[in-house]
Amino acid sequence: MRAQRIHIRNGRLIDPQQGIDGAHDLYIAEGRIAAVGTAPDGFAAERTIDAGGHIVCPGLVDLSARLGGFESELRAALAGGVTALACPPDMRPPLDEPGLVERLVRRSETLGLARVYPIGALTLQLSGEKLAEMNSLTRAGCIAFSQGKHPVTDTQVLLRAMQYAATFGYTVRLQPQDPHLARDGVAHDGEVASRLGLTGIPVCAETVAIATALALARATGARLHLARLSSAAGIALVREAQRGGLAVTCDVAIHHLHLSDMDIGFFDSHARFDPPLRAASDRSALRAAVAEGVAALCSDHTPVDEDGKQLPFGEAQPGATGVELLLPLVLKWAAEDRVPLVEALARVTCDPARMLGIPAGSLAVGAVADVCIFDPLATWRVTGDALRSQGKNTPFLGWELSGRACLALVGGRILDPDD
Amino acid sequence: MRNPQLNAHGELNHLLSIDGLPRDVITHILDTASSFLEVSDRDVKKVPLLRGKSVFNVFFENSTRTRTTFEIAAKRLSADVINLDVARSSTAKGETLLDTVDNLVAMHADMFVVRHAASGAPYLIAEHLHRTGRDDVHVVNAGDGRHAHPTQGLLDMYTIRHYKQDFANLTVAIVGDILHSRVARSDIHALTTLGAAEVRAVGPQTLLPTDVERMGVRVCHDLREGVRDCDVIIMLRLQNERMNGALLPSAREYFNCYGLTPEVLALARPDAIVMHPGPMNRGVEIDSDVADGPQAVILSQVSFGIAVRMAVMSILAGN
Repeated sequence: MRAQRIHIRNGRLIDPQQGIDGAHDLYIAEGRIAAVGTAPDGFAAERTIDAGGHIVCPGLVDLSARLGGFESELRAALAGGVTALACPPDMRPPLDEPGLVERLVRRSETLGLARVYPIGALTLQLSGEKLAEMNSLTRAGCIAFSQGKHPVTDTQVLLRAMQYAATFGYTVRLQPQDPHLARDGVAHDGEVASRLGLTGIPVCAETVAIATALALARATGARLHLARLSSAAGIALVREAQRGGLAVTCDVAIHHLHLSDMDIGFFDSHARFDPPLRAASDRSALRAAVAEGVAALCSDHTPVDEDGKQLPFGEAQPGATGVELLLPLVLKWAAEDRVPLVEALARVTCDPARMLGIPAGSLAVGAVADVCIFDPLATWRVTGDALRSQGKNTPFLGWELSGRACLALVGGRILDPDD
Repeated sequence: MRNPQLNAHGELNHLLSIDGLPRDVITHILDTASSFLEVSDRDVKKVPLLRGKSVFNVFFENSTRTRTTFEIAAKRLSADVINLDVARSSTAKGETLLDTVDNLVAMHADMFVVRHAASGAPYLIAEHLHRTGRDDVHVVNAGDGRHAHPTQGLLDMYTIRHYKQDFANLTVAIVGDILHSRVARSDIHALTTLGAAEVRAVGPQTLLPTDVERMGVRVCHDLREGVRDCDVIIMLRLQNERMNGALLPSAREYFNCYGLTPEVLALARPDAIVMHPGPMNRGVEIDSDVADGPQAVILSQVSFGIAVRMAVMSILAGN
């Protein structure tokens, strides 16, 4: 579909990047933002959208979404107001080959749905032994490098990988969890895991890995992004490093703001996550840190089918569908903690866009017109049928949430997730 | 949250864990067990309470002793007993746990006695039965991972009540590898529910679960302090694979620090009883002089175990 001249009127426009929150119309031409507030001279809209009662904001940017069924998940993203997402390299086969990345990029461009930004493998086969061809992978379309959920056990390899990445200015994303301390672990090492007889993953598995990653970032000068922080102690280390002037960024998965290890209940495998849901005190600390801007938010979207969840807790696959729940769960957190919407939405728009180094998350004049229009008051119940993702498993099943995306624009094109 | 063990009337529908069981349910099981004790002394060791019912012993993890006691208990209740050694059959062919369950339900099982290496597996089965409208099929947890071994916990309580009558003034020490022990967890929940005055968890830090105090126990790292003035000492088995490595330096050092010897036992109350869920490692966690001594009630535990399992199965079948 050709990019039209679009006038979005009567909405409450929130653009965290410019600090705007008010009643402003939005004008789009040639796939870009043409004006905010007043129409440019001679602007004749081909399409006018009435956003009365709705919020108009930049399309959401998801720092991590796994794309299992690909097209279905990209449609799910649009349905959730997510117009750009980064996909981690731990798919099968892993993204360690330029050809694989090119194919992924082409496939997503052909579909023309949400924008896909691949994260390349830091090491071949993600095995943590040999460096991947980061330069070729970047040419193919990768925007950063990570190990997904596979750790680099050999710290010398990690040092070399970060040195090499620093040479070219690439960002290294690490999910900080010491593999030895986390060995066999399936839940937060605390009262709940002890009671249920589940092998625990101690908080020190996270802090030890963060301390290592920070030390290596200082030694190499590599740009570091720490993914999926889960603990109060972990986020405190990052905050301290940021205050000390280190250019380290991090994110927290949205479920960690709403759930704790108590939600495992009687071995509910929907509450199995990697990293694990931690104590309620960790959850409070994460909420505060995200409100402060220490961390951005992501969905950590991981579709897992029934077979992967209908197993004893420790054998079940970790992860949950999430890309369609990101927006309402951000709104829920903002409402509960009285975080201004312009702040809360920054954590899923301009902040992650900056961390990924991608042109998104902004409604400034000239920016690509990736826009989300949502009804903040639309309430809906999370059910398998209500989700477009092939993954129907989430601990939020049955929750009543407020806020639902009505329309998503990518590059000025109005996209219907169903069409 | 629905308590998956109880039916809509608050009655026991499955026995999955002692955690969350009301005190009167536990007491009712123990009282019922008393009435079954004399059945084992009869010439005809049978009562017809489970006649025509099929009890499936589904053991995903090998165990001869526990399976045998369940089998004896079910047979004394006149049930048909089917033993399935799943560890070596279906799952080895790739069948999932719930597929196995569906197949057995189709064979008209009335009760599953389940042992599984994964904590929570019996909950998954009970939840699946509920979801598929088969609440009439009962599940007894015969040990799941490190989580629970409720019939062992109940027979331990039966044993303690037999020798000590009342729980109110009791001090109980549980000694050894509590981290990996489903028996210890079940005992702790039972003792705190029944109102024992003090429950002590005794062992080195490497063998105690994180935040174990939150389960209502006092932690002692010193065995002598742990057993001092105790009424009941429950010794736990130390698995072979845990004796040498990152948890403990050696079995010898473990025995020196945490082995129950007559000298240490002398610190407990003179009428203290010594229990052990078996099988024992003589010379590792317990000295033979104690294991065979007058204060050991280890074989009584085994006899009471059959009556307690009869009680559990008859109560479930009746609800």
